[in-house]
Amino acid sequence: MAEHATHVEGLAHHFVSMEQQKEAGMVGMWIFLLTEIMFFGGLFLAYTIYRTTYPEGFLFGSHLLNVKLGGTNTVVLIVSSLTMAMAVYYSQKGDRKKLLAFLALTLILGLAFLGIKYVEYSTKIHDGLFPAAATWNPPSEGEHAIPVEKQQAVHVFLWIYFLMTGLHAVHMIVGAGILITLIIMAQRGKFTKNYNSPVEISGLYWHFVDIVWIFLFPLLYLTGYHFTPGGH
Amino acid sequence: MATEVMETTESRVNYLNNGTTVKSWLLTLDHKRIGLLYLFSISFFFAIGGIYATLIRLELITPQGDLLTPEMYNRVFTMHGVIMIFFFLIPSIPAVLGNFLLPLMLGAKDVAFPKLNLLSWYIFIIGGCLMLYTMLSGGIDTGWTFYPPYSSIYSNSQVTIAGVSIFITGFSSILTGLNFMVTIHTMRAPGLTWFRLPLFVWAHYATSLIQVLGTPVIAITVLALAFERTLKIGIFDPKLGGDPVLFQHMFWFYSHPAVYIMILPSMGVISELIANMTRKRIFGYNFVAFSSLAIAVFGFLVWGHHMFTTSQSMYTGMVFSLISYAVAIPSAIKTFNWTATIYKGSVSFDTPMIYALAFLGLFTIGGMTGLFLAALGLDVHLHDTYFVVAHFHYVMVGSAVIGYLGGIHYWWPKITGRMYSEFLGRISAVIIFIGFNLTFLPQFVLGQLGMPRRYHAYVPEFQVLHILSSAGASILAVGFTLPVIYLAWSIKYGEKVGPNPWMASGLEWQTSSPPPTENFTYQPVVTHEPYEFENVEEIKQARQAELQRA
Amino acid sequence: MPEQASSFALEYDLFYLFLIALTTFFTIGISAAAVIFLIKYRRRSQGEVPEQIEGDMRLEITWTVIPFLIAMFIFAWGAKLYYQMYTDPKDALEIFVTGKQWMWRAQHPDGQREINELHLPLGRRVKLTMTSEDVIHAFYIPAFRTKTDVVPGRYTTTWFTPTRTGTFHLFCAEYCGTQHSGMIGKIVVQDYSDYQAWLRGAPKEMTPAEAGQKFFTSLACNNCHKDQDAGRGPSLAGQFGSDVKLENGSTVKMDEAYIRESILNPGAKTVLGYPHIMPTFQGQVTEEQVAMIIQYIKSIGPKQNEAVAKPAAAAPAGQPAAKPAAAQPTGTTAKPVAQGEQPKQN
Repeated sequence: MAEHATHVEGLAHHFVSMEQQKEAGMVGMWIFLLTEIMFFGGLFLAYTIYRTTYPEGFLFGSHLLNVKLGGTNTVVLIVSSLTMAMAVYYSQKGDRKKLLAFLALTLILGLAFLGIKYVEYSTKIHDGLFPAAATWNPPSEGEHAIPVEKQQAVHVFLWIYFLMTGLHAVHMIVGAGILITLIIMAQRGKFTKNYNSPVEISGLYWHFVDIVWIFLFPLLYLTGYHFTPGGH
Repeated sequence: MATEVMETTESRVNYLNNGTTVKSWLLTLDHKRIGLLYLFSISFFFAIGGIYATLIRLELITPQGDLLTPEMYNRVFTMHGVIMIFFFLIPSIPAVLGNFLLPLMLGAKDVAFPKLNLLSWYIFIIGGCLMLYTMLSGGIDTGWTFYPPYSSIYSNSQVTIAGVSIFITGFSSILTGLNFMVTIHTMRAPGLTWFRLPLFVWAHYATSLIQVLGTPVIAITVLALAFERTLKIGIFDPKLGGDPVLFQHMFWFYSHPAVYIMILPSMGVISELIANMTRKRIFGYNFVAFSSLAIAVFGFLVWGHHMFTTSQSMYTGMVFSLISYAVAIPSAIKTFNWTATIYKGSVSFDTPMIYALAFLGLFTIGGMTGLFLAALGLDVHLHDTYFVVAHFHYVMVGSAVIGYLGGIHYWWPKITGRMYSEFLGRISAVIIFIGFNLTFLPQFVLGQLGMPRRYHAYVPEFQVLHILSSAGASILAVGFTLPVIYLAWSIKYGEKVGPNPWMASGLEWQTSSPPPTENFTYQPVVTHEPYEFENVEEIKQARQAELQRA
Repeated sequence: MPEQASSFALEYDLFYLFLIALTTFFTIGISAAAVIFLIKYRRRSQGEVPEQIEGDMRLEITWTVIPFLIAMFIFAWGAKLYYQMYTDPKDALEIFVTGKQWMWRAQHPDGQREINELHLPLGRRVKLTMTSEDVIHAFYIPAFRTKTDVVPGRYTTTWFTPTRTGTFHLFCAEYCGTQHSGMIGKIVVQDYSDYQAWLRGAPKEMTPAEAGQKFFTSLACNNCHKDQDAGRGPSLAGQFGSDVKLENGSTVKMDEAYIRESILNPGAKTVLGYPHIMPTFQGQVTEEQVAMIIQYIKSIGPKQNEAVAKPAAAAPAGQPAAKPAAAQPTGTTAKPVAQGEQPKQN
């Protein structure tokens, strides 16, 4: 391995230069995000079709969701995107301490999101609103009653809700795993001014997952609300 | 003793003898070794799919359906389709030849993400093992198209596990595509501009684009189907308010472009074969290159032509039909350009060229019969009949597999450093061509006469054509078995070859055969267009030798 | 070629033969060119490098434009044929078909029912309205060159004019499970007198409209949907085929699909002025019952009529069934029918 005399820290053997390696990473992540868009795309298509078929189920169903918790989660994610961006900034600066701090903050916000999501899910399941055959038992009377004639349409809305937010939550869990890995790597001082592309690439992923939620929140939680002056 | 020492000093270190333990193969990050891992895995699946095909053709010799029970027959044709498509055709050229050749053609040491590349193979193996488990625990009987509500509610077979298997295998395909795209974007040797790329690379770029954009849709679709089956959530179940036709839209959004995942790489191989075997620059390089991209893009807009009889609105049908004709044009352009390339060439009759010619003929038939099916009024009659079966076998076997075999024969000396028996190579190519046509030409007639596909028993008037088809299949089986034997034989006993036995152009022929682990002992620099045979060293030497003799 | 037994078959076959000729032309043309080049330009010496040709813009344009024009011609022809097949015929004999693993059930307007057989009158336009009780099937008559998927949860329609007497294959063309290949039947096309004889002899129950009226009462539909607009639901009398104004401001044509949707998913398109209080009848009615109720709703006359709809007026489509074909006892000719699908036979 004599020809590796000019070995650069962090450069894999098959790349010619750091620039090439970094570019490969960035292009790779962008293409991966394209994949992700198509992955969610199938569900957005289903959403569009079923919302057209069952408008009243989507109107009624969105009222079943907790806008306060959903809204909180939206804020949590937006802030986490900011902290992630800060982490990327400090990784470029080579400031290990601040990098660690912002990565940790992002992780905490991510976990907070998942915690709130857990509360939402368990309430729904407890209310008999998980749309699987074994658990579907919607209240027909009482304060939170779902009129019988709307139950099928609400059922459709709810499985779309669970499928879309569930897929998003899986991405959040993966994101949390990535953050933990980054924190460990940063702790060991792997990142320098010259070598920080893992942070940058992971940042792209985190922002993407955030953006997906930005679409999900209004489509699922706010469908039934009219903020226009003439609305009811 | 003496000869042993001789040999060890003679044989250089190459990617094959650089580590011979099982571990050195299973943990390899070398794209060439990973390509070979894929070669063995998909050959295994091809053999299984072939056994299923044999059972199908045996059953259909008689109209009564007396060999297999209906349950068994339905499982057999479903497993044939699922295994051949997801575990052989989709990975075939990209994962084997693409993996092996892309970095060589680009003058790179490896693909951009070698670990991801190995991971892709392991994901493929995990998905494959699940599919084998599905197979051993009874298989599935839904047809490879998995249409609900049959697949989601009525079928008693292992649909969920099969769905998970396809979901997992899909990621192998996505990651391979991603890896190739990044490699082509960032790892080209100095001087290797986009329009100096071999057409094989262009074809793989277009293929990767489909893999990256299409596969996630099938992934989410089969995942939804698995949820539907296990939890009964009613995504596609009309009784719970779902829409079974939505599944078809999502399924074909991937599965039509998936046909181009199978055929585009094959087109790339054929471009290489025809150019190098006739020593001519591909006629209309830009047109051939861009037609690959056009196919990839238009391919995403035609899925509805699988559903002309599925109650979609008439105008939707017309739009899909129109776009389907648009996607036919780039394929026609390629065919004309290949034919024109042979004109005034220096044509060799070696095995790869025989395959290339077989491809030209079979792909023309496969493509032209596609025009029948894209024609709205005709499709109403031909849809879901043997005409469709024949058409897609002409494209997927007659074109994609023929291209794959042609490519394997062409690059075999590069992969192994040895040459197979040219005589057996030509013979088996001809046998495959004859057997294939005898198998599938009668099926066009069957379809036009009204024989529906996936029929275990059929009305007696179709028997003669079915017997012809089964007879052809037995010839085809011989044709597919022969290469396995003589190629395996050649690994040990074949004649050793130098770096460039075909006197071909292209970076992969400038390094030794088999190549060293790092592909090149120097950093290649590209200074000229592709397919410039004037610059090929071996041809120059041959000419000099001839002049001296004269 | 399978037998030509419907008004679509001749044009279909011409189109098919045209494409066969085209395919043969291109396949032989390309193969012949390749083989000629191959022999003429075979490699004669190892060091040979032929003259290089970059390409030719005129040729590229030629073989882009000509295939494109041919393709557009094929598209137009195919689309024309498809348009004819998908344009609903006027005064057709309406038959309701249900697919079920693994049999075909047909219900004639006068109440005759058949399983895996379908008797049709020669030369009369026939419209099939179809649905499935379980999985997706496809109703395929090769001799008629028609095929339509039969999808659970929705109606699909197809139509044709039989032009030849005889017995033809009926296949299920969409894979539907274990006995898919056994889901086959016979199409029997008969001339007027034979068909009438069959109609008389066939097992007969209530007409669909009569049966539909029975369900309309037993499911208590009539409690809300009264003959006058006084009910809690809109009156259905005389409404079939008209445009209905919806709550959301749009209008929808009251056809089979809309009635079916309103029975099974009442909230989807509620009528203007009527609150959404109707429960779904999903799971309580079979597809055949829904079809009967629709036939009943079709049959009830204008609102001003007497309170009880007349069963006698039940099936206007059924009565004149085969009369137009009465004068044509032979197999090949048929009465000229709807616009755009003139029989090509002489």
